[in-house]
Amino acid sequence: MGILEVKNVNKRFGGLQALGDVNLSVEENSVHAIIGPNGAGKSTLLNVLIGKLIPDTGSVMFDGQSVLGRKPFEICQMGISRVFQTPEIFGDLTVLENMMIPIFAKRDGAFRMHAVESTANEKEIIEQAEHMLESLNMADQRHDHSASMSRGNKRRLEIGMCLSQNPRLLLLDEPTAGMARADTNNTIDLLKQIKDERDITIAIIEHDMHVVFSLAERITVLAQGSPLVEDTPDKIRGHPKVREAYLGESA
Amino acid sequence: MDAVILQILNGLDKGSAYALIALGLTLIFGTLGVVNFAHGALFMIGAFCAVSLSKILNLSFETIDETQTDFLGNPLKVKTAYIESWFGPELGASIIDWAVPLAILFSIPIMIGIGFIMERGLIKHFYKRPHADQILVTFGLAIVMQEIIKHYYGANPIPTPAPDVFKGSFDFGTLLGFDPNVIIYPYWRLVYFAFAAVIIGTVFAFLQFTTFGMVVRAGMADRETVGLLGINIDKRFTIMFGIAAAVAGLAGVMYAPINSPNYHMGMDFLVLSFVVVVVGGMGSLPGAVAAGFLLGILESFASMNEIKSLLPGIDQIIIYVVAIIILLTRPRGLMGRKGVMED
Amino acid sequence: MLGLNKHDMKMLLIVAALAMLAPFLLNPFPTDSAMAQFNAGYPDLMQRFVIFGIFAIGFNILFGLTGYLSFGHAAFLGVGSYSTVWMFKLLDYNIVPGIILSVIVAGLFAVVIGYVSLRRSGIYFSILTLAFAQMSFNLAYSVLTPITNGETGLQVYTSDPQYLIDDWETVPHLFGLVEMRSTYTMELGAWSFDFNAGYYLCAVLMVLMFYLSIRIFRSPFGMMLRAVKSNQTRMNYTGLNAKPYTLAAFVISGMYAGLAGGLLASMDPLAGAERMQWTASGEVVLMTILGGAGTLIGPVVGAGFIKYFENIFSKINENVLHEWFGFLPDGLENAVVWVVEHFVGSGWHLTLGVLFMMVVIFLPGGLVEGGQRIMRMLRGKKSDNDAEKTTQSTPAE
Repeated sequence: MGILEVKNVNKRFGGLQALGDVNLSVEENSVHAIIGPNGAGKSTLLNVLIGKLIPDTGSVMFDGQSVLGRKPFEICQMGISRVFQTPEIFGDLTVLENMMIPIFAKRDGAFRMHAVESTANEKEIIEQAEHMLESLNMADQRHDHSASMSRGNKRRLEIGMCLSQNPRLLLLDEPTAGMARADTNNTIDLLKQIKDERDITIAIIEHDMHVVFSLAERITVLAQGSPLVEDTPDKIRGHPKVREAYLGESA
Repeated sequence: MDAVILQILNGLDKGSAYALIALGLTLIFGTLGVVNFAHGALFMIGAFCAVSLSKILNLSFETIDETQTDFLGNPLKVKTAYIESWFGPELGASIIDWAVPLAILFSIPIMIGIGFIMERGLIKHFYKRPHADQILVTFGLAIVMQEIIKHYYGANPIPTPAPDVFKGSFDFGTLLGFDPNVIIYPYWRLVYFAFAAVIIGTVFAFLQFTTFGMVVRAGMADRETVGLLGINIDKRFTIMFGIAAAVAGLAGVMYAPINSPNYHMGMDFLVLSFVVVVVGGMGSLPGAVAAGFLLGILESFASMNEIKSLLPGIDQIIIYVVAIIILLTRPRGLMGRKGVMED
Repeated sequence: MLGLNKHDMKMLLIVAALAMLAPFLLNPFPTDSAMAQFNAGYPDLMQRFVIFGIFAIGFNILFGLTGYLSFGHAAFLGVGSYSTVWMFKLLDYNIVPGIILSVIVAGLFAVVIGYVSLRRSGIYFSILTLAFAQMSFNLAYSVLTPITNGETGLQVYTSDPQYLIDDWETVPHLFGLVEMRSTYTMELGAWSFDFNAGYYLCAVLMVLMFYLSIRIFRSPFGMMLRAVKSNQTRMNYTGLNAKPYTLAAFVISGMYAGLAGGLLASMDPLAGAERMQWTASGEVVLMTILGGAGTLIGPVVGAGFIKYFENIFSKINENVLHEWFGFLPDGLENAVVWVVEHFVGSGWHLTLGVLFMMVVIFLPGGLVEGGQRIMRMLRGKKSDNDAEKTTQSTPAE
């Protein structure tokens, strides 16, 4: 029984079968990659996983609880953190403030007022945030305006913000899309480090084979809305069906 | 039954005005992505085009008629409009009488000109700015426009009559087999409704059947792609703004005989027209027109005495109540498209 | 001190000092001099400075922090005024019950209007708040006449019950200690300064409200509100529900508006529906953006600026202009006067509209940002913007 169980999920948009009979099980504390050519239904699947889309049939269970129909903040409170294709950070705030917000959220829950309690006095929160920034090698930038950082650093910050809430599942949507090679490698290293240091499950939807094969322990190949194969990276690399459906077109 | 028909008819003229303004707002919003709070002011300026033309046509000179005397015994001063002296008294008088319809021709170039200047001079700098900034700057512009009008025309409403031919009322009831004098409807309101229908039809036909319209519709759906095709979409959008301004202006010109124009009529209509756009669905042209008529008619029903005695004050707030209910139950409005102004 | 850092404390002290010394500061010209028309130190105007300051500070908590542009805040101002006048009519002229009621009633209104309006964001939110405000305005003028006294406006009549009234009470007062209109005039040579009890009450409240707003800005709650403005998607995926935060901000700013409305009625026991009209809502928006939305002191500056110029500009007429420009050659004088007179006197609204456009076009950060820019230029510091330009990369899809 995996931490994330997708069973018999179907989703149609008009005449288009976006997802057909998707079954997927993500093992706890593994790195599971979902790959597939464009239009294979990766984004649709992701939107189902985070409760944004409700499938026509099937179920999505996280740690024994259904995620379907829940609001984003509830999903997050269940322990699923999401990293977006374009880094979603609080651009108007400083790096340190960006890091403080998820820590506040973790401490106080979805809504608790501290309307007159000064943030400057929240030593404990600030310490945690600074600690997190140090582990990301971003301590020097803590008072920078976060919108003015490079894409690679925004990604780093976003991943850090997710981690600061100690999620059990980290969902990444093409985390290196639009990045320079150096930033891509940095991101891969960061994710490897996270994998080594924490008890965390990582599900990653990715286009870039370099990223996938450097990180993943298991890979699911999606083609035309259905899982084609699921196996270890080595097996996937040599799989004839996969070559045909996916690698074939780029080779 | 007769009362119902009467209320529907009564709602049509206000509904026509809402529909025309909302149509222009939606065109601007759908094409340029700009929220134009000055659109009501364009409607008001249209109405003042009618006022101005009627004033110009009435410009007169004085002559002294020695044969007659006024009550003080002085020779009588006779005012003659220039128009009458140029075209002869009869033709001249009927030109003056037809000032409001003539103002249609007079106002089109003015409104398109104002539209062009507004878009090129101000609005285009706000395409990329947040909607809040667009709202604020056009709100400022609306104040400026109405204050200028107030300065030159004063604060009081200026009666601007329709041509004599349309002054009477039409007994609509007898046509449908009701008793005489049950459903009486002023001619000019019928004219207004017909006029609005023609304008709306023209705009839709223009968008549907011309290549220009096709490009604009494509631009409303996906601006970037159309831009990539090498089509100068900006220029077309400027023209669209001019057309939207002209539609609002014409709505104002023809509305002048129904309600004497005053400087704040634009603001009064603007708030309601925005509500109409939201109810119809942001970015949906048919939605704007349908919601315009729908709300006009609802408002007219709400002002029936039977309903007012049941729910006092409902006539004052019906439009807002409907808008709030619609927005909460159908966030995209009646005919809004997915993805257009979701927030 | 007081939970503020040094910089905020300094700002609070400056605002407090300005408010307390306003009777001196606003009357810098001797009473009989030609410049006396630029004096603003009379009670009525000073009261409006601080009352609208409170209104704008509250509005800024919503608009400046969360970015939700409400076009209906005047409704809360009006509701506040009506509540206070009703307390005068029912109890007596003590202003405290009225002010308390006005804050509570405005808060309740804000809960209802906010709960509904905040289900949508962006322009829909603006239009919903506008619709609610117009609805309140229309109702106040029509069906609710028994409560609002319609076009005449609500005022206190001798036939009103006033259950707690004493014989000596004829005007609003504070527990009988001091009447709101009582003014001590100090003559100092050619100068004269007015110290008005009502003004000082409002000024103290404004300083308190300003302090509260600093605390809100600097609190975790304020940080959440800025996060709402910055990125709602990330907010949601951080396990936070944005709605309660925005609703709380909406209600707080509604209560500020209610307080301002209550104070307006306490200074002059009248309330009219025109206080709720959407032009009044537009005015507070203008004050806030003119001063600088999202900055602490901006709304106070904006409110003072607009109320001052409204007052001064409205007083200027053609004769005054001819006096001013008398040094010019006649033709030029007439031309200048002709242009300027459009903007003064009853043309004040035109100036307001132009100002509105100018600020949005040229000074989106408001006067505070403009001031900071000038300060930076004087100090020769490099602007922070340079860093932003270099590192922006465009996302590839």
